[in-house]
Amino acid sequence: MNEKLSLLSDNPLALEQRVIKRNRQSSFWQRVYLSATVVGILALAALLYTILNDTFGYVILVNKVEPTELTNSPLEDITQTELVAILKKQLSKGEVSRLDKEIPLENRSTDDLKALFIEKVIQPKVIENYTLMESIFKRGEINNKLLVTPNGNLVFRSWFNKTLLIRSMSNRPETAGIRTALYGSLWMILITILFAFPVGVGAAIYLEEYASNSRINKLIQINIDNLAGVPSIVYGILGLAIFVRAFLFITSGQFFGVEGGNGRTLLSAGLTMGLLVLPLIIINTQEALRSVPLTLKQASYGLGATQWQTIWHHVLPYAMPGILTGTILAISRAIGETAPLIIVGAATLITKDPSGPFSQFTVLPIQIYNWITRPQQAYHHLAAAAILVLLISLLSINAVAILLRNRYSRRNS
Amino acid sequence: MELLHRLARKPKPGERIIKYLLLACGLISILTTLGIVFELGKESLLFFRTPGVDLIDFLTKTEWQPAIGRYGVLPLLTATLVTSLIAMLVAIPLGLTAAIYLSEYAGDRARAILKPVLEVLAGIPTIVYGYFALTFITPILRDVIGKENVGVYNMLSAGLVMGVMILPLISSISEDALHAVPHSLREAAFGLGATRLETAMQVVVPAAFSGIIAAVILGISRAIGETMIVAVAAGSGPAFTFNPLKAAETMTGYIARISGGDLGYDTPDYNSIFAIGLLLFMVTMVLNLISRQLVARFREVYE
Repeated sequence: MNEKLSLLSDNPLALEQRVIKRNRQSSFWQRVYLSATVVGILALAALLYTILNDTFGYVILVNKVEPTELTNSPLEDITQTELVAILKKQLSKGEVSRLDKEIPLENRSTDDLKALFIEKVIQPKVIENYTLMESIFKRGEINNKLLVTPNGNLVFRSWFNKTLLIRSMSNRPETAGIRTALYGSLWMILITILFAFPVGVGAAIYLEEYASNSRINKLIQINIDNLAGVPSIVYGILGLAIFVRAFLFITSGQFFGVEGGNGRTLLSAGLTMGLLVLPLIIINTQEALRSVPLTLKQASYGLGATQWQTIWHHVLPYAMPGILTGTILAISRAIGETAPLIIVGAATLITKDPSGPFSQFTVLPIQIYNWITRPQQAYHHLAAAAILVLLISLLSINAVAILLRNRYSRRNS
Repeated sequence: MELLHRLARKPKPGERIIKYLLLACGLISILTTLGIVFELGKESLLFFRTPGVDLIDFLTKTEWQPAIGRYGVLPLLTATLVTSLIAMLVAIPLGLTAAIYLSEYAGDRARAILKPVLEVLAGIPTIVYGYFALTFITPILRDVIGKENVGVYNMLSAGLVMGVMILPLISSISEDALHAVPHSLREAAFGLGATRLETAMQVVVPAAFSGIIAAVILGISRAIGETMIVAVAAGSGPAFTFNPLKAAETMTGYIARISGGDLGYDTPDYNSIFAIGLLLFMVTMVLNLISRQLVARFREVYE
């Protein structure tokens, strides 16, 4: 090293060249590092592209009955009375009386009747479906296909539409939707929050405010950190063994007088998910509690408050935005989680909306998984549309968390 | 802390109960761990008592077909190994360089754009990544390498996408580690005439090394436990192969497939998911513990 240095100092030109070379190296690697980061952005872009590409695109529909055979007026201008007449004529007696029992046909809105008319009478069937890119760049191919398809109608379809949101699972992709799954997700999240939020915040308060440095408390802390890293599928196995099987009596609802259930209910799913997000909520809450200034507590104690009064009236309100942000992030994890629910036993083919914690259920990610694993291409489009719903809801939930965090940090500064 | 609480007025009678209620909340986490260990252990024992199953065969035989009494876990293990390895080959270089860029090079504006993107990647549900692997990456692989070589389900596609999923995890933990290196070290290096690259690679990265290793280990643990990507894209059906272009089922994929159907209690199938779950739990727990020790070490040194 010394020899090298003396050599360099003897020859200033060589030194300068070396510096130039080193600087060049530095900026070259800067570009390499940047490009690695760009790969992440590209991956995200490709992912969004895939989903949008599959959500929109042309479909070739074939109607079972052409509307022109039944009415002279175009579908847009058809009147309510005419629709009622057509429906009564085309549908079976049983079907009509079943519909009448829900809401009498005469009292239904034109839009409602039109939807019924399309679904029950015209019954369009997707023969061929295309992605957005194919729709744009392969029009020729699509038109050729259309020509050889008798009675085919070319329609540009957004698979992300009203039907998707208001219909439940169906064996026909044209009328399948995610309503049951959405209700299932909402119910499950509700149970998860009711269980994990109080327990998580309680545990965090204990660890931050009450716990001394005793062995048991250290054990709890290490244990919580560890639980945060356990694969979600292991929680599913735990849920299956504990909630579905061992606590069958409670989770099936027999204890509360619900008949004939098994343990694969929303309650089991919600509790399993609660255990999964518990460590996240505890860790985030601890962080929020740690940020509460000591002076606040000192002032409260100085005024003669007990420790619990101080926690309840001063520490918790101060830390609440942080706690809520952490909880929201944990909840958004629970919304997207799939694997544990497969094991706890989400049903994949149910059309009945859940009516309470003891119902059979499906949730949005499970519904997506089910559609992805089907061979028909049309279900993949449905899956893409459902993913869009999932991502939009996660994005809005996270936006709330970010807003909370910003408000919080502004107040602290 | 302890001293401060002594300033408080003596608790009212009811408040002592509150303290114990809160302690009970904390104990639920201990119960969770105990529950996992107990249930997995109990059912695994039952599994190993099933006629035809023994521990040596379980760990050495290369065929996994519980239906016909073949219980060698190696095919599931190798599939997990291959997919995790591919994932780490993607995630380690990309994650580390991204972390170095964000911590050592990026200005405030670049950080403001890049960090949220990585955070979004981290927040995407794994089922969405599975869809991405199956409908975007796999067709590309099949076009590039040839349809006759690459199956519709293959480990390569699942591994690559898993790498993208783990990238943000590795980059954010390593960036924390790099960030924790005191500024004085960098200033000293710059003062001696080092370039940014030299400062980053010869001063900052070595100083944050334990934190970076911790990030990598955590990434490995995440890859091993990942389920949905491999369940969707890597194929269903155990296969003893190291060829990433082939379909094979990982440990997690097997658990998901078996429990997706109607699983009868106390059948060998049912017990086997607990045995594999136990294996999974132990491997990831050891990895997580090591990782935490390493993180604690770099915190101790610089804080």
